[in-house]
Amino acid sequence: MKQIAVLGMPNTGKSTFFNRLTGADASIGNWPGITVDLMMAKVKLGSSEAEIVDLPGIYDLRGFSEDEAVVRKFLEHTPLHLVLIILNATQLDRQLSLALQIKRLNLPAVLLLNMADEAPQFGVEIDRDKMSDRLKMPVVPISAKYGKNYDTAYQTISDTLDRQEQAVSAQSLDQCMKCDNQMASEMGSLMQDAIKLPKTFKDNLTTRLDRVLLHPVFGLPIFFGAMFLMFQLVYAIGTPIQDIMGQGADWFQGAVLEPTLAGLPEMLRGLLVDGLYSGLSVVLSFIPVIILFFFAMAIVEDSGYLSRSAFLMDAFMARLGLDGRSFVMSLMGFGCNVPAIMGTRVMRSPGLRLLTMLVIPFSLCSARLNVFIFMTAALFSATVAPIVLFSLYIFSFVAAILTAALFKSKYKNDDPLILELPPYRFPTLKQMLLRSWSELKHFWRWSYKFIIFGVVAIWVLNNFPPGVPPASPETFSGIIGQWLQPILGPIGINPQLAVALIFGFIAKEIVIGGLAVIYGQSDNALMGAIAAQIDWAQAYSFMLFTLLYTPCLSTVAVLKSESKSWKFTAFSIVWSLVLAWGASFVFYQGSKALSF
Amino acid sequence: MSTIHLGLLEPGKTATILAIKTREGLNQRLQALGFRAGREVKMIRRGWFSGPLHVRIGTTEVMVRRTEAENIYLSYVDKGEST
Repeated sequence: MKQIAVLGMPNTGKSTFFNRLTGADASIGNWPGITVDLMMAKVKLGSSEAEIVDLPGIYDLRGFSEDEAVVRKFLEHTPLHLVLIILNATQLDRQLSLALQIKRLNLPAVLLLNMADEAPQFGVEIDRDKMSDRLKMPVVPISAKYGKNYDTAYQTISDTLDRQEQAVSAQSLDQCMKCDNQMASEMGSLMQDAIKLPKTFKDNLTTRLDRVLLHPVFGLPIFFGAMFLMFQLVYAIGTPIQDIMGQGADWFQGAVLEPTLAGLPEMLRGLLVDGLYSGLSVVLSFIPVIILFFFAMAIVEDSGYLSRSAFLMDAFMARLGLDGRSFVMSLMGFGCNVPAIMGTRVMRSPGLRLLTMLVIPFSLCSARLNVFIFMTAALFSATVAPIVLFSLYIFSFVAAILTAALFKSKYKNDDPLILELPPYRFPTLKQMLLRSWSELKHFWRWSYKFIIFGVVAIWVLNNFPPGVPPASPETFSGIIGQWLQPILGPIGINPQLAVALIFGFIAKEIVIGGLAVIYGQSDNALMGAIAAQIDWAQAYSFMLFTLLYTPCLSTVAVLKSESKSWKFTAFSIVWSLVLAWGASFVFYQGSKALSF
Repeated sequence: MSTIHLGLLEPGKTATILAIKTREGLNQRLQALGFRAGREVKMIRRGWFSGPLHVRIGTTEVMVRRTEAENIYLSYVDKGEST
């Protein structure tokens, strides 16, 4: 098996090429000591079988960012038969340095000049033979997006690979890179001889669009409008599909699963149906929003507009230690936190990414909204209810801003925020579908085990010891609810509501269902039972707690899979619990002191 | 001709980079994006409320925060002066 790595700068269409070459059949590979997910796939090229790895986009092999360190480590420790370098043909004036660095490392390479179709528009002319001669590697212009010249590229890659019998790893990378001046002069002469750049830069579509989209007055309103549209696209379509899937899952449970399993002992049946099966349906319920979210993200990101959002929002977000992309993700979190947290991967600075992940869970998602609508309907009059709901949105924003302000020095953004504003491009349908599909696989890969395990664990808490009514005070949950009274009592949460909070740890969707089990009532009768037992201050305190503590198991699962750190995940959970308790305590004791 | 830093360049104006004096990590990133002594940089727009700067260097457009732009020194020829 031969080894190939794909290397290139960000925004060069590297992943588009990788997907085309591998037929989108990639999975996440494992390399010792490498902390970033790398996609890899097996492909037959010419007469050789090869394993291809998509390295993260980097600017400089000597750079200081996490991705740059990862690529360095990879090249030093993995013997390769071929490095595929992808550079943006219109930006060779700066990207050529990466090819020169690979040449200096004596790694076998093929250079692909992507976006060759854009080069003439910019007035860039390239003498391919001269370049190939100087760099001592084959050079092929391509268009990864439209597949132009792809056959030639494929042939060149196969031929080069066939000739390369031995795998080579980069030797003493540091030493090789210390000849800065020599490389600068090499780059200068290569530029002069092989590449013709335009003297003046013509106005193009991007310049004209930016005049409107980055307009000092209209820029922000257009941005908010675009975000509103994206939100609607994702959740106005996604949430109803989620509901239909939920009904489908319930129907299957009632019509097929329960009759089939009727002969089994009650405990085993409960474990299978209420534990394993409902865990599985929780995982499945996220599929529509993840697909739609990344479909929309592919448009916003690949078009170049996401980088523009960073420009538009920077004056405000920089003060919070975040940037405009964090804002976009938090905003999308108001639909569902899970895809929003997955979306933070576009931010390559670890500090910025972690801080954004810490903030997103405070976005009031649609699942929490359902709990609040139910509770406000039960305890508040129709005129007050909307104000109560609105106040919860305010708390959601305040919690997010407070969290960012408190922890921005802990999760410092070390990478300089110098962001490329690439030309506007529209992704192809294939690119959008591929993006959704690979993110879905990413979510599925380990989340389902974690979520199902969590759902089963909470089922055990609610149904054991055997022989007591589910979620009653005699079960483990009931005992925990009682046991937590010294802590939860001062915030107005009684043992029954405490059990509901334990349910809520799985998913906020099931809090109402949980309350129905706990109180043995449903719908209007349940509202009545709750209203008879607690006052409005307790209800509001319960809602505040529900808003701020850990959103759901699925959020925890993606926090872990994106941060790759249990420590960070635990910190996020603990902080949200502390904030939830603190806010509820201040509110509940405050309202009692003022004796409302 | 005068020496200014990139944070002071006005929209629509072009100037030549003299030197970049900053920490190594930032310096390298700037180099990789095309900021090198001798190259021309054009200010396209400046964000409001001390927002970031939108500049073009070669065929690459980037946004830079003002604090970072202050490390990039330019030799600026004003239209009114003779060179």
